[in-house]
Amino acid sequence: MPTKTHVQTRINGEDVDFLCEPRQSLLECLRDVVGLTGSKEGCNDGNCGACTVNHDGRIVDSCLVLGVEAEGKEILTIEGVASPEGLHPIQQAFLENAALQCGICTPGFIVASKALLEAEPNPSEQRIRLWLAGNLCRCTGYDKIVRAVMDAAGKM
Amino acid sequence: MTTTAYDPNVVLATKTYDVVGTRPIRHDGADKVTGRAQYGADFRASGVLAAKLLRSPHSHARIKSVDISKAEALEGVRAVITGKDFPESGPDDTVTSSLGTFKAKRVREHCMATEKVLYRGHPVAAVAAVSPHIADEAVSLIEVEYAVLPPVTTALQGMADGAPILHDDVRTTEGGEEKPGNTNVAAHIQYKKGDVETGFAKADIIVEREFNTATVHQGYIEPHSCTVFWNKDGKVDIWNSSQAPFDIRDATAGILGVPLSDVKLTPMEIGGGFGGKWEPYVEPVAAILSKKTGRPVANAMTRAEDLEATGPTPGSYVKVKMGVTNEGKIVAGQAYIAFEAGGYPGSPVDAACQCVFAPYEIENALIDGYDVVVNKPKSAAYRAPGATHAELASEAVVDELAEKLGLDPIEFRLANAAKEGTRRVDGPLFPRIGCVEVLEAMKNHPHYTAPLEGPNRGRGVAIGFWVNAGLQSSATINVNKNGTASLIEGSPDIGGSRVGLAMQAAETLGIPAEDVHPAVVDTNSIGFTVGTGGSRVTFATGWASYLAAEDVNSQMVERAAMIWEIDKSSIEMDRGVIKSKSDPELKMTFKEMADQMDDTGGAIVGKGTIDPTGVGGAFAGLIVDIEADPETGKVSILRATIVQDAGKAIHPSYVEGQMQGGTVQGIGWALNEEYFMDDQGRMANATFLDYRMPIALDLPMIDTVIVEVANPGHPFGVRGVGEVPIVPPPAAVANAIYRALGVRMDRLPMNPVAIMEAVWAKGRSDGSSLPSAWA
Repeated sequence: MPTKTHVQTRINGEDVDFLCEPRQSLLECLRDVVGLTGSKEGCNDGNCGACTVNHDGRIVDSCLVLGVEAEGKEILTIEGVASPEGLHPIQQAFLENAALQCGICTPGFIVASKALLEAEPNPSEQRIRLWLAGNLCRCTGYDKIVRAVMDAAGKM
Repeated sequence: MTTTAYDPNVVLATKTYDVVGTRPIRHDGADKVTGRAQYGADFRASGVLAAKLLRSPHSHARIKSVDISKAEALEGVRAVITGKDFPESGPDDTVTSSLGTFKAKRVREHCMATEKVLYRGHPVAAVAAVSPHIADEAVSLIEVEYAVLPPVTTALQGMADGAPILHDDVRTTEGGEEKPGNTNVAAHIQYKKGDVETGFAKADIIVEREFNTATVHQGYIEPHSCTVFWNKDGKVDIWNSSQAPFDIRDATAGILGVPLSDVKLTPMEIGGGFGGKWEPYVEPVAAILSKKTGRPVANAMTRAEDLEATGPTPGSYVKVKMGVTNEGKIVAGQAYIAFEAGGYPGSPVDAACQCVFAPYEIENALIDGYDVVVNKPKSAAYRAPGATHAELASEAVVDELAEKLGLDPIEFRLANAAKEGTRRVDGPLFPRIGCVEVLEAMKNHPHYTAPLEGPNRGRGVAIGFWVNAGLQSSATINVNKNGTASLIEGSPDIGGSRVGLAMQAAETLGIPAEDVHPAVVDTNSIGFTVGTGGSRVTFATGWASYLAAEDVNSQMVERAAMIWEIDKSSIEMDRGVIKSKSDPELKMTFKEMADQMDDTGGAIVGKGTIDPTGVGGAFAGLIVDIEADPETGKVSILRATIVQDAGKAIHPSYVEGQMQGGTVQGIGWALNEEYFMDDQGRMANATFLDYRMPIALDLPMIDTVIVEVANPGHPFGVRGVGEVPIVPPPAAVANAIYRALGVRMDRLPMNPVAIMEAVWAKGRSDGSSLPSAWA
């Protein structure tokens, strides 16, 4: 009896097929099956946001989504944010504003911020803080992250 | 954006350079914003197995038996081990790393217990299987029989007569001697200066207060992870998330009983550490599993494992008594500090003793510190380890003394501040330090005099001191033919240190920061380098980078001497230009000289090694405005300004980042974070939902002032900056709460429960009614 399920999905703009066990999270599938390790596991229970991906237009903790739920969906991970031409303005703003220290939370913050700025081009500081409340950063105290998102908002 | 009529990030620079003090983009930046950077759990070894550990559900128990037969029989399982699979160690065998020399048996028992479990989460057995899910299933099939023992959960409980004893071989070390008798007190430290009784006799006002702080965790976002391969030639390869590659190499080799040269540790990118990734946890376990299976073995801890079974910073009991004259001179200080070491000795209580009164010139002081084993995870370093607990107590007492004297809290501190030549209670004489300059900058900051209106709001201040570390570092520079250079070093980059080191090399070579390419390499590829911690990397590895660059420069001068056929003593090198001291025609740039390497003897490689002594202690101060809700006990941070002496900020953005991040960790410690333990020593909140660290929404912008009082013990005047900003926040927040609600808080965290209990107690004592919601 087969132990794995065939999933057809789109990841970062490309059609992707993979096989996974029904119990495997989308995060585990991305990292260990598809080989995209940019999404990080910090807690595996939806509290840190290091595994944030965009799942059909919504930002989700990919540790709380099953791999099989990616069937027919459009997934954006950190690996899909930059273009062949260069970094996305949010990525550039994170670098210019020194908005990362260790960098483990950075993929999640960038994926989450991108969704915010695409929906709301000019969010207030408080709005950014609310939007990013699901992403933990232990290094920066958030100051430079919030400034980077505000900086990027002006450049997108 | 917060509207500010002032610069939120100020640098009070005293000396300027070409590269040092600028803000280039970090060299590892593109990898880290695109998801390409490889952290501990991102390493993929061919044929890798997944390891999972069985951990004790009890905080104190004797292991009667372990039955692994059912786990071994599960399909997909490749090996199951217990502590008995580790090499045996005799009572006198030791394991040595830069942290010190420890009994080998204790270090090994900490990795995997064979006799007793000493904290909930203590490893008892481990499985390697073809997938982590099968390994988890196998772990659940291991049967352990325990004889459960009564636990010790606080330091004072462990010190009490008749307390359950954790170890049969712990004796109290006191003044270098072991005292006879079985005990939980592993060390008693005492520092004296002058005569404390005489000092208190001179005092007009004396304040004595007791404080209790809960165990808290570093809370790095990346849990511990490693992959280990025990090769057929006996060599052991480790890839892990580590602050201290050489220390973990040395300790792991000691536990495995192999020469340290047989272990190679490759540090992957590290997702935070704050002191907590300095010791081996699963590395030796994975090594034994790899030896048994012949395959690489990987483990990534779950968040619950990381909280329950890696080193938090101790819970503490601190009593501080200080006396002042009516003129406002501190004349005596006494401290009693008891730290929970966790299951094995080694809390940072000594550092706490060194720091508790360090910001002040005090003639008479007596400090006693106790390292007490309790049934909690073995404590590890956490950002300025020990200082925050101790200076919460002293800075709250100082605030109360200032109030009783009717003095401004910063003026009172300034009048008693430590300066160059002040002797610390623990002995060292302060070199040039920036305590006064930090206090002056706080006093002069617009935040300090800004109006703070509205009920239940208060402004608090506190300062903090941390000793900082020096210790060994190495660096190598390879010059490229096109006039760029690679910088090879061994300090894992946790917060942007690659760029800070590259900048020091670039400044010395006289080339742009972008032309120096830094690389953090494995333990076979660079000279011994103590870990990333103790605020030491920009200071010590920076110094090694400077020396490597100086070595390159002197070789370039020799090559120029060869080309120009003049004596090298008549040549100088300044800001990347090599020139004759006498003939203005004879000069060339670094780039031009690099282009001629092939014809003048080949590659130029510079090396630098250092074990520096000129460590500059660090001071920071926080001004914080809070609003407390007297009906719910919730405290909100309205505004925060952190002021710190960096000596010289190499890359000011990353110095500000350390100051802001440290401040926010301190705020989390002050207000929310704690190991919520039941009476059996079980942590009830081992998730990031319930272990509540600050989120973006909890905080305002964190304003910064970098003060630069150059450290005479460093080529660029650098002081370590990473740790000290965590020290002032708990005291500053407590002092602000007092001004908002009139209650002096005496415990951490100052969460709603603690605030409401203090408000109710005040209501009972002064006869005022309880807040309406609670009446």
